[in-house]
Amino acid sequence: MQTSPVSIVFRPAGRKTIDTKDKVPLNTIKTITWLTFHEARRRKMVLAALVMGGLFLLLYGLGVALIDRNLQEHQISAIQLRFNYNILLIAGLYVVHFLTVMLAIFASVDTIAGEIASHTIQTLVTKPVRRWQIVLGKWLGYAAMLLIYLGLLGGGIFVVMYVLVGYTPPNQLAGLLLLMLEALVLLSLSLLGGTRLSTLTNGVLLFMLYGVAFIGAWVEQIGALLQSHAAVNIGIVTSLLMPVEALWRRASYLMQPPILSGIPTPFSGISPPSPAMVIYAALYAAAALGLAMRVFSRRDL
Amino acid sequence: MPDLVIETAGLRKVYGSKIAVDDLTLQVPQGEVFGFLGPNGAGKSTSVKMLLGLVAPSGGDARLLGRSPSDPMVMARVGFLPEHFRFHEWLQATELLDMHGRLYGMNAATRRRRIPELLEQVGLAEHARRPIAGFSKGMLQRIGLAQALLNDPELVFLDEPTSALDPFGRMLVRGIIHDLKARGTTVFLNSHLLGEVEATCDRVSFIKAGRVLRTLALKDIAEGQIHVELRVDAITPALLSALEQAIGDCGRVVANGHAPDDSSAPATCHLTLTDEELLPLIAERTLASGARLYALTPRRMSLEQLFLEVVGTEDSGQ
Repeated sequence: MQTSPVSIVFRPAGRKTIDTKDKVPLNTIKTITWLTFHEARRRKMVLAALVMGGLFLLLYGLGVALIDRNLQEHQISAIQLRFNYNILLIAGLYVVHFLTVMLAIFASVDTIAGEIASHTIQTLVTKPVRRWQIVLGKWLGYAAMLLIYLGLLGGGIFVVMYVLVGYTPPNQLAGLLLLMLEALVLLSLSLLGGTRLSTLTNGVLLFMLYGVAFIGAWVEQIGALLQSHAAVNIGIVTSLLMPVEALWRRASYLMQPPILSGIPTPFSGISPPSPAMVIYAALYAAAALGLAMRVFSRRDL
Repeated sequence: MPDLVIETAGLRKVYGSKIAVDDLTLQVPQGEVFGFLGPNGAGKSTSVKMLLGLVAPSGGDARLLGRSPSDPMVMARVGFLPEHFRFHEWLQATELLDMHGRLYGMNAATRRRRIPELLEQVGLAEHARRPIAGFSKGMLQRIGLAQALLNDPELVFLDEPTSALDPFGRMLVRGIIHDLKARGTTVFLNSHLLGEVEATCDRVSFIKAGRVLRTLALKDIAEGQIHVELRVDAITPALLSALEQAIGDCGRVVANGHAPDDSSAPATCHLTLTDEELLPLIAERTLASGARLYALTPRRMSLEQLFLEVVGTEDSGQ
């Protein structure tokens, strides 16, 4: 057993090989993370996303400015003004939430499934690497890109509101972090799907799951309003299946003033998810990633 | 005794009810160029994948450089050019090799040195900065070969390495395999191109429907061997002993004919000779033994004929 991290072994015919026995596994993860970034950049994914995001913020800003001018003309009370600003902000963030869901799925749906189908995975895996490191490297690459993007876009919404009308909502950071957790949940699930399914099937499944969660959230809201336990339970089950909508509802609940929680809108809170749901979502993401690493390590390629 | 670089015992892979590989047992010593020959669907690629840890065997055991294929560290000393060679298309040639170098655990200085060397060796030096997306199939295969040789491996697996190459490319690969052999590298070559195998391999295994039919050294099939087909009315012990006497140690007699009492059809006898001069003697002795000679057909044995003979008809064990 070697005691030093690197040792030189002499082979027949005078050939020297560096024995990479204890080479840091970080090397593989870093390389795959780098590869993931590079792909996104070279494939113009990053550019397209930034341009789209920029356009959206521009339009949003325009919209806010116009609505604000309209509001100011009507001489309404300060509280009512804040109420309106809040709705604008949450609406803007709802779009960001939706964009995040789309991006998290679209960007990552192909990354493992596609490599398996095209066989590019074969020369990656037959190196001195462990398969789970490849999965983690991809996860880190996409996670970093999604979180930075979300930070820019979500942060952009806050900045636009602050700069144009001087409004800041409560719990901004918590709200943003919850949106980020949403992205990570979807990313982990997408990588897991990719280890066994084709790109198309993976994508369809992810969207369907999201759709179920979306509808479930509404069912739960209406159930709470009509005091129907069955409806509320349906909603809870769908949140457990796919916690993404629940995370959004908690985020929007945190960022709204309490008065608004009586009205069922896509943005609110009759029965806001508890902090336990947030912990659940984090564990869910971690479990999906862990399972993805395990499944990928075992399957035939 | 030379180290065994590849060793398998009863390696098996089953997909549902289909047996892809059945009882693969072979040994490849260090420094040998070993060929795996067989028709499409014979289990060649699956066998290679099991040896590389891409596919988990359903049974049996495999050792690569003395270790299990699932041990990632052994992969630092192994190179692999897959049959379906596809690479990340948005990378330039140098970037691709750099990325693979990093996965090998090679440090920056070594990569800087090796990458231009390899691009030169596979004839892609002038395309170093081109994105792979613009590469032809042949160029892709060459960069695949470069990637396989990057870390100066002790063992290289080449799965149909010349399938997309023109004759110049094939010559290049042949040259590379010869260079590898000169350096003591062991090469495992999967191919259905008999000419390539004939030109480069030391030993060959014929595989069909997941089973190895025969393994032999290529020098046994080399020039100098003549395969003679002798068609006579009946194969008698007298004929056989006359032939054996005539040939002596210069060959072999293999009789496969019809049953002795089925006198309606001619029987065929196969002989392998090393000396052409024995042919007239064989004709004489055949006639002298009382047999009636219908045809005496000499042929230089080629790998192709052996292949067709072994893979087409035989189904005995290894």
